[in-house]
Amino acid sequence: MTSTMPLSKAITAGLRKAMEDDPKVVLIGEDIGKLGGVFRVTEGLQKDFGEQRVIDAPLAESGIVGTSIGMAIRGFRPVIEIQFDAFIFPAYDQIVTQVAKLHARTGGNEKIPVVIRVPYGGGIGSPEHHSESPEAVFAHHAGLRVISPSTAHDAYWMIQDAIRSDDPVMFFEPKRRYWMKGDVDTDERGAATHSAQVVREGTDLTLVSYGPLVPTALDVANAKADEGANVEVIDLRSLSPIDFDTVEQSVKRTGRLVVAHEAPVFLGLGAELAARITERSFYHLEAPVLRVGGFHTPYPPSKLEEHYLPDLDRILDAVDRSLAY
Amino acid sequence: MTSEISAGARAKRQAGPHMIQMLTPEGERVSSGEYDVFAAELDTQDLFGFYRDMVLVRRVDAEGQALQRQGQLGLWAPLLGQEAAQIGLGRALRKQDFVFPTYREHGVAWTRGIDPTELLGIFRGQSHGGWDPQANRFHTYTIVIGSQVLHAAGYGMGIQMDGDVGTGDIDRDSIAVACFGDGASSQGDVSEGLTFAGAFNAPVLFYCQNNQWAISEPTSIQTPTPLYQRGKGFGIPGIRVDGNDVLATYAVARASADSIRAGNGPLLIEAFTYRMGAHTTADDPSKYRSDAETEAWAAKDPIVRLRRYLENQGVTADEFAAVDAEADQMAARIRAACVEMAPPPPAEMWTHVYSEPHALVDEERDAYLAYLDSFADVEEHA
Repeated sequence: MTSTMPLSKAITAGLRKAMEDDPKVVLIGEDIGKLGGVFRVTEGLQKDFGEQRVIDAPLAESGIVGTSIGMAIRGFRPVIEIQFDAFIFPAYDQIVTQVAKLHARTGGNEKIPVVIRVPYGGGIGSPEHHSESPEAVFAHHAGLRVISPSTAHDAYWMIQDAIRSDDPVMFFEPKRRYWMKGDVDTDERGAATHSAQVVREGTDLTLVSYGPLVPTALDVANAKADEGANVEVIDLRSLSPIDFDTVEQSVKRTGRLVVAHEAPVFLGLGAELAARITERSFYHLEAPVLRVGGFHTPYPPSKLEEHYLPDLDRILDAVDRSLAY
Repeated sequence: MTSEISAGARAKRQAGPHMIQMLTPEGERVSSGEYDVFAAELDTQDLFGFYRDMVLVRRVDAEGQALQRQGQLGLWAPLLGQEAAQIGLGRALRKQDFVFPTYREHGVAWTRGIDPTELLGIFRGQSHGGWDPQANRFHTYTIVIGSQVLHAAGYGMGIQMDGDVGTGDIDRDSIAVACFGDGASSQGDVSEGLTFAGAFNAPVLFYCQNNQWAISEPTSIQTPTPLYQRGKGFGIPGIRVDGNDVLATYAVARASADSIRAGNGPLLIEAFTYRMGAHTTADDPSKYRSDAETEAWAAKDPIVRLRRYLENQGVTADEFAAVDAEADQMAARIRAACVEMAPPPPAEMWTHVYSEPHALVDEERDAYLAYLDSFADVEEHA
């Protein structure tokens, strides 16, 4: 069955389905019960599943993650909501020191099937700490899987995959696209979670992005099509592992690669893609790999964020520079 | 801040009130009110069992120390002096309870059936924690102090969600135990663990072994108030017990575990004890504490006091000698097992990073193993 819904409600539907399928799935986070979360992603779930399965937590992020580990050891599958991206850092130690490493530490004896949902990225005019993109920080740590949907359909399926995974999954939700509507087919899942998808085919340049910038990347491709250049757009979807094969195959056809993300360029996922794709496709490249992203500054006050966030023009600028080589 | 006046004021507040004790350092049995009922359940054989436990784990500890000095272990964290604090707790628990330890819980590990060679393996660098936590309901050692307290709180919340508390069935009702020390008590995660357990009334026993020293820092640097009071603001009552008195640690842990099991909510125990050895084999306590202090605590040795009591109860020299002989045998066994441990194969590094395949892990493993294989011919020719 296919229906149209906003991305946030697709996550709600995915959570609901996962909770119906498995009584061990529990949700925990700040304000997720009666309020349904500050973005209403868990709206109605506490009413239907009760306070034991949709838990309003004390305001302590490390505590939320740490107690979720304990619940996972007890046999539950906790799904955590971190209220905003930059509120995750009090929990950083529990995530990288415990969540990521317990499976390895116990020689594979203990699985930690915890999902950490993180609304991330800017563009919503919020105060400091509400607009960051820390996904690369977590992808850097072995033991975590990191994924980010860009469409309602993917959001519905990928949240369920994340919950079913026996590994811990960081689930980054593109918050400024929460209200973007899309078709969700609840029968046909489409591409596997840890694969990248070519969302628009092209022959002249490969533009890779994920999460909130995928719609922008598609706009870039449309703009270039008007000028007679064919841009191929890849939605990465999975940030750990990264499906380098799909990107490599594309670049070997187009000879050019531009990577765009909201996160800072320095030591970001674009850098990793540039290095790996250069290694794999050196003789196919017609231009150096270019990156577009945030600056090496704290996320700016919202009146300046339009300068910080890569937009249509900044990505077009990089695309033009690449094509000019 | 470091003036004598301030240090004196701190010491006074630290001293705290009454501490539950049932055996004096001289081995005399003293009454302890409500806790006597738990001691009364134990006959001489049971107490002799505790004695055996303590002698054997002290021997494990001595082996760990010696093996490190011989270069067989990279490091060892001695438990010397904390045997009663750990054996009393461990023997008070039931099979279905789940313990979350730090890295010095060799005595609790013993009571949960963890073979000491597993502990040696960690400090030798064979693994980060080889046992299956579910098999013995004893979690892996936690080195970042305090983290495990949250895991215990969450596990306790899980017990609640399963309805395995307060049913009246003692084989079903379960508790989670958070072991931590005076140093860890300053970590935010410990306070958050108390917050969650308190707010959800989760069946968690917070068991703080105050061994007076966090490496070189005395407990007075962590807190000006006695640690047994730490839970008060979180709605978690606490009690201080003589951590060098195995009868008292057992009785207080039993009483607390029974109460938590019955659904009365979390409790905190401060076991007042002493780290007689160094923090680890890399530490030198002579730099920060006096011989007088160590000697004063040596006079409160947990094994000596129980032995004195048991001698008065008629346990014979032969029976004590038999425990020593058993310790010798065990020491020989674990020493041999330790020395024989071969380094794990390189591929082991990648085996358990994820439980399901991960492309990058597979790629890096294959590339490195192929690199290693490229030396095979060279070695054959050499």
